[in-house]
Amino acid sequence: MIPGRFPSRLVFLVCLALALSSIPLWAPRFWIYIATQALIFAIFAMSLDLLVGYAGLPSLGHAAFYGVGAYACALLAIGHVDGLLPLLLVGAVAGGLAALPIGALSLRTSGIYFLMLTLAFGQMLWGLAVNWTSLTRGTDGLIGIPRPTLPGLDAFNMSLYERGPFFVLCLLVAIAVFVFLESLARSPFGKTLEGIRENDRRMRALGFPIFRYRLVAFVVAGTVAGISGSLAAMSNGFATPDLLYWTVSGLGLIAVVVGGSRSLVGPLLGAFVVLFAQLGLSTYVDRWELVLGALFIVFVLFLPRGLVGLVRRA
Amino acid sequence: MISRGWRTRHVGGAKTLVTAGINPAFTVTLGKVHVVIGNTLQLIVNGLAFGGLVFLLAAGLSIIFGLMDVLNLAHGSFYMIGAYTAYTVVMATHNFWLALLAAPVVLALIGALLELVFFRRLYRHGHLTQVLMTFGFTLVFVDLIRSRFGPTTRSIPPPPGLDGAVNFLGATFSSYSLFVLGMAIVIGALLVAGWRVSRLGMVLRAGVADKEMAGLLGIDLPRVFTLTFAFGAALAGLAGVIAAPEFAIYPGMDANVLILALVVVVIGGLGSIEGALLGAAVIGLGYVVGSTIFPQFAIGLIFAVMAAVLVVRPSGLLGRRS
Repeated sequence: MIPGRFPSRLVFLVCLALALSSIPLWAPRFWIYIATQALIFAIFAMSLDLLVGYAGLPSLGHAAFYGVGAYACALLAIGHVDGLLPLLLVGAVAGGLAALPIGALSLRTSGIYFLMLTLAFGQMLWGLAVNWTSLTRGTDGLIGIPRPTLPGLDAFNMSLYERGPFFVLCLLVAIAVFVFLESLARSPFGKTLEGIRENDRRMRALGFPIFRYRLVAFVVAGTVAGISGSLAAMSNGFATPDLLYWTVSGLGLIAVVVGGSRSLVGPLLGAFVVLFAQLGLSTYVDRWELVLGALFIVFVLFLPRGLVGLVRRA
Repeated sequence: MISRGWRTRHVGGAKTLVTAGINPAFTVTLGKVHVVIGNTLQLIVNGLAFGGLVFLLAAGLSIIFGLMDVLNLAHGSFYMIGAYTAYTVVMATHNFWLALLAAPVVLALIGALLELVFFRRLYRHGHLTQVLMTFGFTLVFVDLIRSRFGPTTRSIPPPPGLDGAVNFLGATFSSYSLFVLGMAIVIGALLVAGWRVSRLGMVLRAGVADKEMAGLLGIDLPRVFTLTFAFGAALAGLAGVIAAPEFAIYPGMDANVLILALVVVVIGGLGSIEGALLGAAVIGLGYVVGSTIFPQFAIGLIFAVMAAVLVVRPSGLLGRRS
């Protein structure tokens, strides 16, 4: 846990939250947009960290649940359901429901086979999003997704269509997800998960149903990814099959590793690095993928524990 | 991104869909195409030819994993670079056969260099680290290709003599599809024979079976690793050249074929050439069956087959039990 002991970590987190919440006050409009996208991606990356970092399950198909959540939210919002909570919930439920059968099948294997199986299932859902045109409109995607109205905001003559309030919404959801995943990681459930990661045979011998623990972790991660998908659908105003493509899962893993896994703060920082590289860099440099890929190779070679590892060592 | 894998070509006066190059993931427009029953044989040939291409990729992927324990996501990039090498050579010299020779050489050099400089440092790390670094390379390669050739789709014509059509058993085949199938069979047979009979094949099989023991018996493993990686890259490059006249050449063509190669390897079992051959046949035929019965969900059938295989045999049809 960074940095160092608990109180200093709490201070660091509060400062981080304050710094983030001040962004709408001073940042240019475009950078507020990038920070919003980064927060949404951070929620996705944190859910992936529960799998990769804490449970030791390297998934390369996590974007599937992100995309499923986005499509569920989009369909409901286009179907004239107006309300923040229903739209977030439907993404969460859809993500979790998709994760249940995929997890149940993939978790029959482990290690590299698990990685390839999640990749294949993810691409299968991507193919479904492309081909099931009556529901998803294929590659055109679902467009014109309205953002929900919040009665409280109306009183101040504001709406979620403005960048500031929408950014704050994403920040609040990100904080809620962080607190939830953090307490899950500190709970007996989280500790058991780490035990299974370190030595699954011993944990099985101790009587823990390791398949069930892993499956619960997989479904929880899928649920949280679904929430981030909901936010992405609201933020973009459209949902396309690109959301489910395997490179999104890969970028999620980059965020986790560049930031540092098993920390939740790491993926959050990593998501900002990735999104700033992707959106920020691409406005100045054409070759952002090249830079991101090279950065990533350097991180894997020289900083395998990520940014967080840098702080921890110091 | 969708449907770039499609090309239609006029064969014998009728607009015939050349399916060999189709990436099953991109079959959106298939519903609009009339798949005539008489074309079934044609579809089987094209499906198997496509399976053969994927086999060339899957074989390298599988050996590299079996021997070095590295899952190389950049393997699809080698295929893409092979296709672009073919494009460059054909544009410069108008000679496809020269490209067929040049691309494997170029890719062998790239593969050897990558192994010596980067992958060598990673063998002691876990799978996840390796997978992530190779993912980084896929980003770098696709962007390098895009910066050199632009985002537009390119194509090269089939070599003279193979650009026509052949009538056979009442069906019309494009001669290039038959050439692809023939190449796949010859190279596949050579690979399996080499794997079983040759000295290098024996060394590789020994390395896959027990790395430490092979090293103790005097096999220079680091050299074997470099050679294997170069050879696998060359095979992927060869697949890229063979695919180039049939498929669209574009940045991003690597990902689609990589996923299929992974599926083939998973079905067949990691580290087994025969498994890759079997898996490629299953994928090729699965695609044919899928695309004729329910065109929109052919890709789903392929993944369903893979899921079924893994549920019954988690380490693949011919894989070692772990």
